[in-house]
Amino acid sequence: MTTKRLTGHIVLGVVLLVCTLSIVVKGLLVTVGALLTLFIFSFLYKDNPYYKFAEHLFVGVSAAYWMCMGFWGTMVPNLFGKLYPPMVGSVIPALKDNPPEPFMVIPLFLGVLLLLRLSSKAGWISRWALAFIVGTTAGLNLVRYLRSDFIAQISSTMIPLYASGAAGFNLGETISNSVIFLGVMSGLIYFFFSKEHKGVFGTGARTGIIVLMVTFGASFGYTVMARISLLVGRMQFLFDDWLGLIR
Amino acid sequence: MKRTVPLLITLVVGAALIIADFVPHRPFGTLGDDFSLYFDIIAVFAFILGGGNLVRVHIMKLSKKRKDWPFSIVTLAGFFIMLAAGLLKIGNPDDIKGDVAALGSLFSDLYISIFTPLQASMFALLAFFVGSASYRAFRAKNKEATILLVSAFLILLGRTPLGLWLTEGIPDSISFLELPNLANWILDVPNLAGQRAIMIGIALGVISMSLRVILGVERTYLGQDND
Amino acid sequence: MSNGQTTSRYTIERLQSIDRRIIFVFIAAAVIIPLLLGASLKEETTPIVRALFDYVDHLPEGSRVLLSFDYGPTTAPEIQPMVDAVLRQCIERKCKLYMMAVWATGHNLVGQTIEEILKSEYPQLQYGQDYVNLGYKAGSQGLIRLLVVDFKRMYSTDAAGTAIDSIPMMQNIGNLKNFDLIFSFGGGFPGIKEWILYAGDPGHIPIGGGCTAVSAPLLYPYYPSQLVGLMGGAKGAAEYENALIQAYPKFSNMPMAGMSLMMSQTVSHIVIMFFVVLGNVLYFIGRNRNASTKPGGEK
Repeated sequence: MTTKRLTGHIVLGVVLLVCTLSIVVKGLLVTVGALLTLFIFSFLYKDNPYYKFAEHLFVGVSAAYWMCMGFWGTMVPNLFGKLYPPMVGSVIPALKDNPPEPFMVIPLFLGVLLLLRLSSKAGWISRWALAFIVGTTAGLNLVRYLRSDFIAQISSTMIPLYASGAAGFNLGETISNSVIFLGVMSGLIYFFFSKEHKGVFGTGARTGIIVLMVTFGASFGYTVMARISLLVGRMQFLFDDWLGLIR
Repeated sequence: MKRTVPLLITLVVGAALIIADFVPHRPFGTLGDDFSLYFDIIAVFAFILGGGNLVRVHIMKLSKKRKDWPFSIVTLAGFFIMLAAGLLKIGNPDDIKGDVAALGSLFSDLYISIFTPLQASMFALLAFFVGSASYRAFRAKNKEATILLVSAFLILLGRTPLGLWLTEGIPDSISFLELPNLANWILDVPNLAGQRAIMIGIALGVISMSLRVILGVERTYLGQDND
Repeated sequence: MSNGQTTSRYTIERLQSIDRRIIFVFIAAAVIIPLLLGASLKEETTPIVRALFDYVDHLPEGSRVLLSFDYGPTTAPEIQPMVDAVLRQCIERKCKLYMMAVWATGHNLVGQTIEEILKSEYPQLQYGQDYVNLGYKAGSQGLIRLLVVDFKRMYSTDAAGTAIDSIPMMQNIGNLKNFDLIFSFGGGFPGIKEWILYAGDPGHIPIGGGCTAVSAPLLYPYYPSQLVGLMGGAKGAAEYENALIQAYPKFSNMPMAGMSLMMSQTVSHIVIMFFVVLGNVLYFIGRNRNASTKPGGEK
């Protein structure tokens, strides 16, 4: 136990020494970034207070970041700047002479209702704002998904199963087109649960599983690729931006 | 008031946006545009609600001295420092009139030195866990799992320069067997078919759910009556 | 059961329940060692990336390209190389660059990209004439839907608060249909999918994409009818960089961020595949042993 604690202190001491040197050589921003990266990576050994510190800091900083971006990017120019332009004249002078738009009181009102969610007594009234958000999302999604993810996808699947070009019959494209057509059909059959997967329908469903497994395999491969890329990015930061070890 | 008004709002807003897609003229066209604008602004209030809720939860945790309460101080300190830096545009080269994220401002410095490493490292951790989980759980136990495994291997090999290097000696007549070509074929053909089947299924789900919401059949988003 | 059998079963069980930190060490080494060695491998551009590159390369001089930074620091290692490569190509094609974000985190990255690529590599470019930073707006799909109809209703100023109508390159922009190409760089929500659904399809506007590897397979059904082309993950970025170097040899001596990831990427893939194979071999040995030791057990 004592040896473990001693090792822990030695590691911490080395990290602090490197960080002190780093502040002098690389500056405060890079050093703080590197230190926080190490705090997060310390979770790989086991859960510890350094990781918890970084995790809690991340939550707080993230929430404030989104609030500030929303406030300056959208709320000030698009709500206050439209509702009563002179109000934002001191921060965005370009907007101060715009004509006011009184109807912008509607999103302000709904927004304030949404904030009442924080109140235990008047929380129910936030449902009005929530209903607006849900209604808008539903209205936006219905037509767009119907057109782009349903009709357009069916249309793109209707491809010639006998492919030919200037050079005549094209075996490769014929096979690919057939696999796409049969793959989509069998995949859809697999997701159709209103009929028992038996006989020809069952064969279709079983083919669908095979197609979906290939799809999931591709997704898995790409997921591994993505995660590794992010790690490489972090390592580049540590070993290049911070330590300057990469040529 | 608690249920009828929200259901009415959902119906009017949802229906107006659908009609605006087919009749993009007054009044539906403008109504659709106005609702989209209002939606964008209300989204910001949702950020504020999120921040407010975070503060409430951590203040409660602090006051009741729940497990790990000292870390709530870290969360709150991080929140208020970032908030002050952003809202007051502290250190902004163009003062209060400049871009909130202008390089050199405290907000930008906090983004670079705290937000970026924390967020990026948090996700980079997943690389280790993907490797460990693959070792423990990725088994060719049956035909389907074997297909998944083979497909994944072809992608992992074919989508790196290694795949090209391993099979570049293959004659042109059978070049489709080169690992990069096989990987491309998997992505372009069976993967496309599978993803399209899933996409069509999801689209049908979204369409039916949207209809249910607009028509007031689906009401779970309103929560309980006493909520 | 003999002692030998017991020992080998014990060994298999120990290997199966190996401390995960040992696997972590191997993965870390697979990433770090190639990075330190600075090695790189040959790349080839695949058709889906080539289609995107060629589309940009055939844009006439003065074309308006909208670049939406729909990502954050999390996925920047994958996406930023794509952004850099596309920016360089667009500038070579003398396109007008309009940069915005539907992700809040993208706002800061627009500023950083302008500083690191445009200002340092192309100091002759003028803000407002050649490129503009429009910044972030909230609203996701609601925002995109509105921009298709009326761009300036949301973007009444640029990121720095300059009136939009006083910016020369914004004079003839009424809505998204005035752009020759929209690039979305991202992968999450909102991202390429939302740009296709709410802008590309209803407005008949060409959409190009650069996304994380995780979301790349999900976007293949949109290509080529709804998506001009797609760069998926670091590999997609490296392929685009390869195409850029081939078309514009002046970039051949420039360090390319996407390509620099690929050696570590390759070695890490090998390590992960090794562990998957090892896990399976141990699993099958263990299963066969169990079956053979069971009285009357089937093999």
